[in-house]
Amino acid sequence: MINQTIFFSNNNVGIADTTTIAGPKEGEGPLKKYFHNILDDDLLNQKSYEKAETKIHVAAIRHMLNKNGMTAKDIDCVFAGDLLDEIIVSSYAMREFDIPFMGLFNACASFAEALIVGSSMIHGGLMNRVICSTSSHFSTAERQFRFPLELGTQRTPLSQWTVTGAGCTMLENNPELPIKLTCATIGKVIDYGVKDANDMGAAMLPAAMDTLKTHLKDTHRNPDYYDLILTGDLGDAASRLMKKLLKKEGIDIEEIHDDCGVLIFNREGQNVGQGGSGTACSNLVFNSYIYKEMLNKRFKKVLLMPTGALMSKTASLQRETIPGIAHAICVEVV
Amino acid sequence: MNYFLTYLIVFAVGGLVCLIGQVIINLTKFTSARILVTFLLLGVLLETIGVFKYIKDFAQAGITIPIIGFGSNLAKGAIEGAQQDGLIGALVGGAEASAAGVAVAIFVGFVVALFAQSKTKK
Amino acid sequence: MKNKEYLKTVKKEMPKTKHLRTMLRAFLVGGLICCVGQGISDILKAIFPAMTEEVVAQFTIITIITITGILTGLGVYDEIGNFGGAGSIIPITGFANSIVSPAIEHKREGYIFGLCANMFSIAGPVIVFGITASIIVGLIALIFPGWFAK
Repeated sequence: MINQTIFFSNNNVGIADTTTIAGPKEGEGPLKKYFHNILDDDLLNQKSYEKAETKIHVAAIRHMLNKNGMTAKDIDCVFAGDLLDEIIVSSYAMREFDIPFMGLFNACASFAEALIVGSSMIHGGLMNRVICSTSSHFSTAERQFRFPLELGTQRTPLSQWTVTGAGCTMLENNPELPIKLTCATIGKVIDYGVKDANDMGAAMLPAAMDTLKTHLKDTHRNPDYYDLILTGDLGDAASRLMKKLLKKEGIDIEEIHDDCGVLIFNREGQNVGQGGSGTACSNLVFNSYIYKEMLNKRFKKVLLMPTGALMSKTASLQRETIPGIAHAICVEVV
Repeated sequence: MNYFLTYLIVFAVGGLVCLIGQVIINLTKFTSARILVTFLLLGVLLETIGVFKYIKDFAQAGITIPIIGFGSNLAKGAIEGAQQDGLIGALVGGAEASAAGVAVAIFVGFVVALFAQSKTKK
Repeated sequence: MKNKEYLKTVKKEMPKTKHLRTMLRAFLVGGLICCVGQGISDILKAIFPAMTEEVVAQFTIITIITITGILTGLGVYDEIGNFGGAGSIIPITGFANSIVSPAIEHKREGYIFGLCANMFSIAGPVIVFGITASIIVGLIALIFPGWFAK
């Protein structure tokens, strides 16, 4: 480990396959042709949205196994997370599988955490094949972090829309695979004192900047080493502010930066405020659009930086500020 | 009585009350519970200092439909209770005067919740 | 960058609430709901001329709360709320909505601990503050009867 960055230098951590299940609203967005599955109903005949999200999570993992003709014994471990208290969705989803499970929580950055832990296991030769999966659901997040769905509240312009869906990445110890995870920078919790729970972009921005700067320093790279620097769910306004602040420090990522929350929805037509958010946001964008375009060689070097706002309703009521976190993972076509 | 004028006043006053509320929300990011409590207490205050009935004579539903009217009812009930029945009136007068709204809200809430399901926002 | 400096930058750079638009919408929706209330009370007066003013007022509130309850159940009121902001919160309809919506939301956790226990999770403070304030006012009226006209 150099400072905060770990290198998977054995060149053996490859992405074997990905799968995604997107909710109905996400399925109407600009990435619809990239998703593997799109739901037409987000309750799925279940008794609650929590049960529905669990079902989506199960379906994502099962789809991954089925399309590769695998059974539970082919997978060494599943690293999974979601947004709900005690990460019940992942835990309850894993009742369905005969696979060792480690639950993770880094809010919306959980996907990065899963990829980093999974890659480390494979790089060290401790595991052969793992699945990293995350999920989120608009209606479960809304009731946990905000208000009842039927309460008449106004969405502020800074609010973001929690993405409904689940996705997984299968990592394999296989030097032959074309797309590899080559290094990762593990972020620190950073809190600059943003209190507005509707302005998560501003709360996560300092963490994203810090992780990016640390990553560039640790790897001695310039931003233009990458074709794409992809933040998780900063949203449109916070993304622009981040680019502006970075430029002031002499780091220009104007041309190569994008944000998963901005990519996943059509902000003009879909009434989503600053864009998407949630544990499934960076997951769905990476596992569908980015992975497929990397296979097509449109992107060759991508820095994926899921961001998380580590807030809770209880902490907010106790006047706490919102800490942020961001991890960076370098994905390359080798 | 000129209906058009009445409704114009109701609309203007009711709208103005809500507009003030919106300004408070925009500036302070109050949630709905805080806004409701603030305007309720405003209603209690207006009734207590005796201003409410003049506004009501002028604006009718424009001031009684906002939660201010509910607050004024509470205060009015308590004051009248105190004047007619003494201590017990002072204690239960407010609850008595607001009983219709609260009782029906509970009943409707229970019945509607038995049948309705919450749906994802669009 | 220092925290305070960052918060200042955020305040300056991030998009702001559109004051004029939200205020106009609150005015329209709030005014309209009050007119509906006035309409209900006028109709009641026309149908039941014998009714006292107080009873008419109570029935008006009852009617409007019932309508709100049904609209909340149908999933319409949250959209009115998203459009109207304070215009849909401050009228008594907002109070009714804040009772009905958590009841619906928490039904899935059972009738006792879900639906009933959460019914006042948002509107509870209104009742608590309302009753408390009324008792304080009542006691003042008891101690200083001269302050209040009969």
